[in-house]
Amino acid sequence: MRTLLVKHIKPVCFVLCCLPLAYLATLFLMDELGANPIEWVTRFSGTWALRMLLIALMATPLQRGLGAVWPFRIRRMLGLFGFFYVTVHLSSYIVLDQFFDWYEIYYDLVERPFIMAGMVAFVLLIPLAITSTKKMMRRLGKRWKQLHRSVYLIAALGILHYFLLIKLGWFEPAIYLLVYTLLMIMRMPLTKMLSQVVRREPTPDSS
Amino acid sequence: MLIKSRSTHDCLESEVTDHSLYLQRRRFMEVSARGLGLAAIAPSLLLSACSDAATDDGRDQASSQPAQAADELTPYKDVTSYNNFYEFGLGKSDPAKYAADFKVKPWSVKVEGAVEKAGTFDLEDLLKGVQQEERIYRLRCVEAWSMVIPWYGFALSDLINKLKPTSAAKYVQFETLYDPAQMPGQKGRALDWPYVEGLRLDEAMHPLAFMATGLYGKDLLGQNGAPFRLVVPWKYGFKSIKSIVVIRFTETEPATSWNLANPREYGFYANVNPKVNHPRWSQRKERRIGEFRKRPTLAFNGYGDQVAGLYQGMDLKRYF
Repeated sequence: MRTLLVKHIKPVCFVLCCLPLAYLATLFLMDELGANPIEWVTRFSGTWALRMLLIALMATPLQRGLGAVWPFRIRRMLGLFGFFYVTVHLSSYIVLDQFFDWYEIYYDLVERPFIMAGMVAFVLLIPLAITSTKKMMRRLGKRWKQLHRSVYLIAALGILHYFLLIKLGWFEPAIYLLVYTLLMIMRMPLTKMLSQVVRREPTPDSS
Repeated sequence: MLIKSRSTHDCLESEVTDHSLYLQRRRFMEVSARGLGLAAIAPSLLLSACSDAATDDGRDQASSQPAQAADELTPYKDVTSYNNFYEFGLGKSDPAKYAADFKVKPWSVKVEGAVEKAGTFDLEDLLKGVQQEERIYRLRCVEAWSMVIPWYGFALSDLINKLKPTSAAKYVQFETLYDPAQMPGQKGRALDWPYVEGLRLDEAMHPLAFMATGLYGKDLLGQNGAPFRLVVPWKYGFKSIKSIVVIRFTETEPATSWNLANPREYGFYANVNPKVNHPRWSQRKERRIGEFRKRPTLAFNGYGDQVAGLYQGMDLKRYF
């Protein structure tokens, strides 16, 4: 079962990443989005955009921790799904919420720090999505890695966006911040070394 | 009072515009909204117009009001399923979910402070002899959405007159029930419970200030603030405190929950004001529940001709 999963990791991952979208579509078709469907769609897509970005950030620590190759094989897909949900989120804001009211959108940007944080995160994501192909990876070489490190900043901006928009309390964005912090710690040189030591120790054979 | 006079703000069920007419008016609205913006720039003009309005006949008044889109009633289902009532949880659907078994009988109300009839009353006794009626009001939430709700209830001034505040009373404060066993949201520290709200006494005595006991001809449900709640249509929704158990008359400005939680964003007055910015929501526009396009938000939620006089000479950007 497990080997089968690993073998077909890409299609499995693709289907899983589509589930939030399928859920959204189902509720829409059943007219179950509630009294304020636009707010619901915006919130839902935003939540999943942030989740997807954090899930994509898990690929590297997972690969290191497990010593397996499969997290690397889905890393790009996870990142692109992150970009996809961010795009749905932004479209929901521009098309459904503001209906191309550029005047209001401009004032939202300058008056509401959370909108600015979100918009900057989106803009920074665009070059990452464009350079996600194998060809671009080859062409950029070393610079590709440097460029794609900006996703750490983007995820942080996404969490900031959440902190700034919430009306009361901090509990929910704090969970995202905690996950993000853990993922960042796992990238530090010291933890990298530790995980290598742990991996070298003999483990029960998992067939 | 034996003779019931119809006041200018009353909408009758028969006056609610039918849908096709309403759709035609939307187009007219978009053009006239610009004119309205002009009126907002000249508040003195507006004020002088409304000082005579009090004596006008209701029909004449209607024509002098700023043009605005027809108000279609928000469906009962939406009014009772999309609520902010943090005592029952932070999600919009939490109140409907967790208030299903909310007990409202018996319900006692404590009246205290600068008032002659201080004491604890059963709600039914408190409301004995108070004339109840239907009122259709717009409700504008600070989160930039709005509804139109046919409330059932009575003028707050009728109750206040009955309670006879002393001359020392300048404000009235209300308190929501504190009962974490029934209100699961109160187990968290989202706000400093119990929820408190207040009005200046002249605001509370204004004929538009209303106490609701029902909506759509039915008793209020828990999520809407059963068994009785305040409705102040020219202020953001959070002023209209729900499930009231204390009415307190004070000499000084009372504490209000959102102002305590975040004084930079929520003031004591909280009048609907498209010109006072909020860091989270543009207050220039609002989404009427059930509509796609946003509509412009009106000063005092469109009740300015009746209530702007209460704030004459006040800097509304400072006293937001």
